[in-house]
Amino acid sequence: MNATPVRQHRPEAESETHSISLLLNGKQVQLTVEPWTTLLDLLREHLNLTGTKKGCDHGQCGACTVLVNGTRINACLSLAVMQDGAEITTIEGLANGDQLHPMQAAFVEQDAFQCGYCTPGQICSAIGMIKEGKAKTRDEIREQMSGNLCRCGAYTNILAAIEQAMPACQGESRE
Amino acid sequence: MNRFSYSKPQQVSEALQQLSDTGRFIAGGTNLLDLMKENVARPSQLVDINALPLNKIETTQAGGLRIGALVKNSTVAYHPDVERVYPLLAHAILAGASAQLRNMASTGGNLLQRTRCYYFYDVGTPCNKREPGSGCGALEGQNRIHAILGHSEQCIAVHPSDMCVALAALEATVHVSGPSGNRSIPFADFHRLPGDTPHLDTNLAPDEIITAVELPPRGFAENFAYLKLRDRASYAFALVSVAAGLELNGTSIGAARIALGGVAHKPWRCPEVEAALIGKPATEESYRMAADALLQGAVGFEHNRFKIELARRAIVRALSEAAAGVNAQ
Amino acid sequence: MTIHLEKAVSRVDGPLKVTGRALYAGEFGTADLCTGYVVNSSIAKGRILRIDTTEALKVVGVLDVLTHENRPAVASYNESYTDMDAADGKHFRPLYNDRILYSMQPVALVVAESFEAARYAASLVRVDYESEPPQADLYAQRSEAHKAPTELPPDRGDAEEAWTQAPVKVEAEYHSAAEFHNPMEMHASTVIYSTDGKLTIHDKTQGVQNSAQFISNIFGLPDGDVRVVTPFVGGAFGSGLRPQYQLVLATMAALKLKRSVRVVLSREQMFSFGHRPETLQHLKLACDQDGKLVSTIHEVMGETSSFEDFTEMVVVWSASLYQCPNVRLKYDLVPLDLYTPLDMRAPGAVLGVYALESAMDELSYAAGIDPLELRIRNFTATDPASGNNPYSSKELLECYRQGAERFGWNKRSPQPRSMKEGRQLIGYGMATGVWEAMQNPASAKAVITIDGSVVVSSATADIGTGTYTVMTQIAAECFGLPLEKVTFKLGDSTLPKAPLEGGSFTVSSVGSAVKQACEALQQQLLDQAKQDDQSPFKNFELTDVIFENGTMRIKASPQECIEITELLKQGGSPSMEALASASPKEERDNYTTATHSAVFVEVRVDEDFGTVQISRMVSAIAAGRILSLKPGRNQILGGMVWGIGMALQEEGMLDKKLARWMNHNIAEYHYPVNADIHDLDVIFVKEHDEIVNPLGAKGIGEIGIVGVAAAIANAIYHATGKRIRDLPITLDKVFQS
Repeated sequence: MNATPVRQHRPEAESETHSISLLLNGKQVQLTVEPWTTLLDLLREHLNLTGTKKGCDHGQCGACTVLVNGTRINACLSLAVMQDGAEITTIEGLANGDQLHPMQAAFVEQDAFQCGYCTPGQICSAIGMIKEGKAKTRDEIREQMSGNLCRCGAYTNILAAIEQAMPACQGESRE
Repeated sequence: MNRFSYSKPQQVSEALQQLSDTGRFIAGGTNLLDLMKENVARPSQLVDINALPLNKIETTQAGGLRIGALVKNSTVAYHPDVERVYPLLAHAILAGASAQLRNMASTGGNLLQRTRCYYFYDVGTPCNKREPGSGCGALEGQNRIHAILGHSEQCIAVHPSDMCVALAALEATVHVSGPSGNRSIPFADFHRLPGDTPHLDTNLAPDEIITAVELPPRGFAENFAYLKLRDRASYAFALVSVAAGLELNGTSIGAARIALGGVAHKPWRCPEVEAALIGKPATEESYRMAADALLQGAVGFEHNRFKIELARRAIVRALSEAAAGVNAQ
Repeated sequence: MTIHLEKAVSRVDGPLKVTGRALYAGEFGTADLCTGYVVNSSIAKGRILRIDTTEALKVVGVLDVLTHENRPAVASYNESYTDMDAADGKHFRPLYNDRILYSMQPVALVVAESFEAARYAASLVRVDYESEPPQADLYAQRSEAHKAPTELPPDRGDAEEAWTQAPVKVEAEYHSAAEFHNPMEMHASTVIYSTDGKLTIHDKTQGVQNSAQFISNIFGLPDGDVRVVTPFVGGAFGSGLRPQYQLVLATMAALKLKRSVRVVLSREQMFSFGHRPETLQHLKLACDQDGKLVSTIHEVMGETSSFEDFTEMVVVWSASLYQCPNVRLKYDLVPLDLYTPLDMRAPGAVLGVYALESAMDELSYAAGIDPLELRIRNFTATDPASGNNPYSSKELLECYRQGAERFGWNKRSPQPRSMKEGRQLIGYGMATGVWEAMQNPASAKAVITIDGSVVVSSATADIGTGTYTVMTQIAAECFGLPLEKVTFKLGDSTLPKAPLEGGSFTVSSVGSAVKQACEALQQQLLDQAKQDDQSPFKNFELTDVIFENGTMRIKASPQECIEITELLKQGGSPSMEALASASPKEERDNYTTATHSAVFVEVRVDEDFGTVQISRMVSAIAAGRILSLKPGRNQILGGMVWGIGMALQEEGMLDKKLARWMNHNIAEYHYPVNADIHDLDVIFVKEHDEIVNPLGAKGIGEIGIVGVAAAIANAIYHATGKRIRDLPITLDKVFQS
């Protein structure tokens, strides 16, 4: 399939715009945004970073989970303009070249998805959860991952993938 | 989402000055942006208050805790002082929403969450809260998640927060600032019942801002329970929730707090019922009497009558768990 | 021995999905792309009097507002709107005229340079209606029911008389709520408009050729002018079996504006088209003292729309699952002012089998026979609904045995309410599941190139089911190649013809075509070798040779071997290709082909509150060969989760006065979250089948969900002694009854 051509961000004429800077997946970017553009729409509609998914646009599914300053949040319920100065990591920023992040590799190995649409959010959420350090038992992981719906019902394998990747991720967040 | 202007002041006074009549403050944004996307909220201006110096948790001189309005829900829930002294609050917060939302949502914003009533959220249907005078769709429509206490013919919506149920039980105080200065609102007076003005959720004036929530020293850390009943194991709003705190003198009750969520337009408390428990034996019989008294006058609708009996049982269970200290560390 | 098939290989599309590089329908773009946002009706029945777009058009960036008054010309014959999964009747036509047929019907499309501008402007479109009172109450409209336009198995014996005379009998009515598919990816169509007027469409669909044909028909476009390309689908479960309205609206806008247009539905709008119908079922079962069924009466009343008759295979299972001499079936539809229901995972079967297997459970208590034993006693090796045809294979007894053993069914105490742990009542329940193993005609193309790699293609879909992976495995197996040397292409309407991706028939249909295409290509390679008179292959047939690692060898003398690249060189072409079409064998007609399951569930019920936890579930599946173990197991796990949702949570809440679904979001339309799911266990029972198709694989997308809701309801009865015949079994129904 062909790569998607990059759509230029076009602020509506005469509308109020704001200049923001983000450290996005390790790269410093300067952007002009309208106040009503959400972080999710900035990523998907304006920057062509469609790896972060829109599953509800209302904070009800977790598909848009990204890491902001290391913390997992729903990108759909934050305005881009409010993130000025933030460090943002999306699913596109996790792998090191062809080397998958341990959580990504574990998701593939454990078959922790079917359609793949909730997957970027699940992976970012799992990484954020491990960093929070509050989920240790299986039941705690299940509870702490309940903000990420998977309609395919791959929860059993998602749990297995997180358990598999947890030691490697803990090592990483200590560094 | 409608068009609006955006600003980000650094100080409370500046924020108050910038706010216009049709403007709104935004902190976490988890509820406001949701409502704006549904066209339920259409502010002409957003004043981003995230830069205001309201993000500290401090011990008060009285020995309580003062939580800045901008402190994130997850920060509150995992704060060592909260875990130690107010575990009821921590449990309530962690029973609500998802980890992601708790990482975004602010303390002040949580107090201002609007109802999950289906009709309120759907601009294609009547709702007196959203559009005064248009009628209440829920009254004779889908009302499974609606109120059994304190409702009016105008509105049968419920307040959706878990955190607020614990704050009600803990007798928190809400600190606010406005153009004419600062004031404090006891938690019980913060949220309103719908009456004939269902469009007003709280007694916060439109030009005021919440600066902090203060907890008194008493935290019921030994004997507490937050019990939440819902339609799935997690990430669902309460059908009924109970925040319970007890102090025991041997086998009798020294002090009691009971607040209910999911049953009314505000966290539901009856100080008289709590007072009547003092000196009573810490038994199921006492709890049942309290439950009956709390639910006196409860009236359900086509799809939510079950909540009355469910709440009764939940109160008894929560008080029993609190007395047994099953949740204490 | 196989090298890839029946093995646990990781999904070949996994790396794309975990890195966010898999592109879904709403994620393609061009530099000139504009965005459409749909405006939906607030009334359910009546007419549009006036649409005022003045304010919307003033928004900077807005290009147009399409309505029934200014849309491009569309076909006027009903047949033009018939798609591959259409229900009978007058199909819905978006923006066709001023008539409102259901609440949240699309009435306008705002097109703007940006998503934000389109959404804002959509909120400014004012629509005035003339409203009529809608009918949306299934119970109230029962008298308006008519016979479903579908053929049912003939009645057997005299079911009423047999029921009356029988010593042991039950009669019960079961109700199930409407459910919504709610795939994680919302429906989206991106129409790329090319300067020559040709359209490339990225549509969320389970059938790219269905969407392409549909658009060609409606807009009168030559077939070659519409190409639908959808490499990834973010779940569908049936919602993509029919082209949905965003496809039509996006195409209208692209043709009118001569620009590329994307329309993505909102989550709320995901409740504005098909759903699993609310259903009312009446069951009468009777058996003799030994538990042998003597009468089965199954009557169903399902919801449909005012404009189409939606039918599904809901009652037929009651005529075939057990041996029973007296059977009567009835299936009626009640038209309501709602959108037409739509096939949703195991359509019909989940409903019919839920009622049948619940009634079987009730009968087991009435007869004093263990529920599992009752099913075993009524097992049939032949299909009574088809004049007792044999099954092509049916290892259901093995499902019962292995499932029961893994689950520990023998630890079940027979009396309801007899198992307890603290405040929790514990219950065991089980049910049988069944789904048809179908095969539809399908084609595939196989190409081998000079570098030794193989590309196989067919216009099927992978909606998360693992199509990419299993087809790659099939082709790699044929050629004895590592998976990395094989690519499978799908989701492009220009590829060889494939049926809709649904009904669990993709492996059976497309997999067979892939196998045949590979074999046809191998035959060509062998023929090429035979061109050389000196070739050691001269006197051998395809069955005598094997392919491995880029070579062709003679089985009997493996040292006789030729490099495939050498053969291509001899043929003077850098590649060789073969196209094959696979159709069901005639032999199949003499058999009934089906997948079966036995589901065992442990529930823990808090009796005070009625909360139910599914603490354990074991599903033993007989579905022929399981060609791809990881996606295969995942399909069954997903079906089990769906069964939990159906049994305990999922319910479209309808305001009957407004005829509007009110919980149109996924905070209040509940389906399971991670915390709802505990110990799920899948057993694939060995099942050998040479009839069903050349692969011996039956398909497993549906069987995982069938029977689960009944097993859960039966377990709740066993735990509590309360028989709840109304899905979903929410806590209020449990603690109050």
